[in-house]
Amino acid sequence: MITVINCGTSNLRSVEKALVKLGAEFIVSDKKEDIESASHLILPGVGAFGETMKNLHNLGLVECIRKEVLEKKKPILGICLGMQLLFSTGEEGGINNGIGLVRGVVKKFDLNPGKRIKIPHIGWNDILGDEIRDIEILKEINEGTNFYFVHSYHAVSDEKMKKAFTNYGYDFISVFQKGNIFGTQFHPEKSQTEGLKIIKNFISYNA
Amino acid sequence: MLKYRIIPCLLFNDKTIVKSVKFKDLRMVGDPTTVARVFNERKADEMIFLDIMASRKNKEPNFAVIEGIARECFMPLTIGGGIKNMQHVDKLFQIGADKISLNTALVKNPDLIMEIVKKYGSQAVVASIDAKKTDNGYRCFISSGNEESEYNPIELAKIAESLGAGEILLNSIDKDGTMEGYDLELIRMVSSSVGIPVIACGGCGKVEDFVSAIKIGADAVCAASIFYFVGESMISSKDYMSKKGLNMRLL
Repeated sequence: MITVINCGTSNLRSVEKALVKLGAEFIVSDKKEDIESASHLILPGVGAFGETMKNLHNLGLVECIRKEVLEKKKPILGICLGMQLLFSTGEEGGINNGIGLVRGVVKKFDLNPGKRIKIPHIGWNDILGDEIRDIEILKEINEGTNFYFVHSYHAVSDEKMKKAFTNYGYDFISVFQKGNIFGTQFHPEKSQTEGLKIIKNFISYNA
Repeated sequence: MLKYRIIPCLLFNDKTIVKSVKFKDLRMVGDPTTVARVFNERKADEMIFLDIMASRKNKEPNFAVIEGIARECFMPLTIGGGIKNMQHVDKLFQIGADKISLNTALVKNPDLIMEIVKKYGSQAVVASIDAKKTDNGYRCFISSGNEESEYNPIELAKIAESLGAGEILLNSIDKDGTMEGYDLELIRMVSSSVGIPVIACGGCGKVEDFVSAIKIGADAVCAASIFYFVGESMISSKDYMSKKGLNMRLL
């Protein structure tokens, strides 16, 4: 059973639709016991970093997620903001601690104002990097495949883990895997066929 | 590299999907979920759904119809029209909206925009600007083009950006439905004065118009008539744009 974690500000519906389409068994919940009993966790993301962390704390879920993922090695997939929340800290709306499963800081795009590049980074962009073939949720997905992004912040991390990148002004981390911990900065659930493949790879992943 | 987006814009008159000319003279196009399904199958980059009667008739968003559309949509979906408070916004995100487009509220209720940005983030808010050339230059209109605001498009775009909106949907009332090309002067003016992406809307009648809008500064192009009445598809449009040297997501 997959648990989609409801952090109060997310668009859960699009993740739900993707799971229905894949025929997966899942529940959407903000309760500890459903996180504890799940086989896989999905942390979706539309929302602001500070506000969403506040909700997760109020629901008492932060410690619970840490325990399930770090100690019991439960697979987790963070999507967009959900991926950002997996890092140590975020700078959106002041400095806030994240769930802290992976070392790193979530920073605003730092783009040269002279360039004709705009923030948020919105639209379809492709993934790059030699480790694409090693990241287990990117199975059967090629370098250069486009996915849908909407974000103004991205993770910066020196953590030793497998990473794929996307270029927007410079290369930033768009997918990572650290053991049982996965994140995508883009929205697989909004990225049509190739996106659904990622969710399928995640739910069939066994640690 | 980021790709340029082509976004079909579905206008809803509380019964069916319609197409307007200069915000009037509505022509019926078809059933909302059917139209949404077709654009989903053609792999549009995104979709925008605007209820053009809700604000005018002081109605709330038609949640049942929107939910039906969201169900058909495996791409980003922007919803606009009749959104007046956080209850509307929360409900729309719950039923599958990815972004909320605000026009009247941008002028009349800027606090709502700030509240949505705080809760859902900038990327969830699209500021919809309806502009028209008048004797006093370009002016912005609200309430589906029925009420003139106190702002010109540059002023309103800057206000939208400062409130935290993540994108601007820039519509030309004069060009809407005419299929004679985008208002390039308007696009140039607005896209050069803000740091957030601008989606050009209104007037597209041929694939060359997409290229002109992007070359002058648009980050994405929105269209309706060209898909309904000309028979251009997402694929033919993107192939053309790609051949003109623009980065597109080819299908």
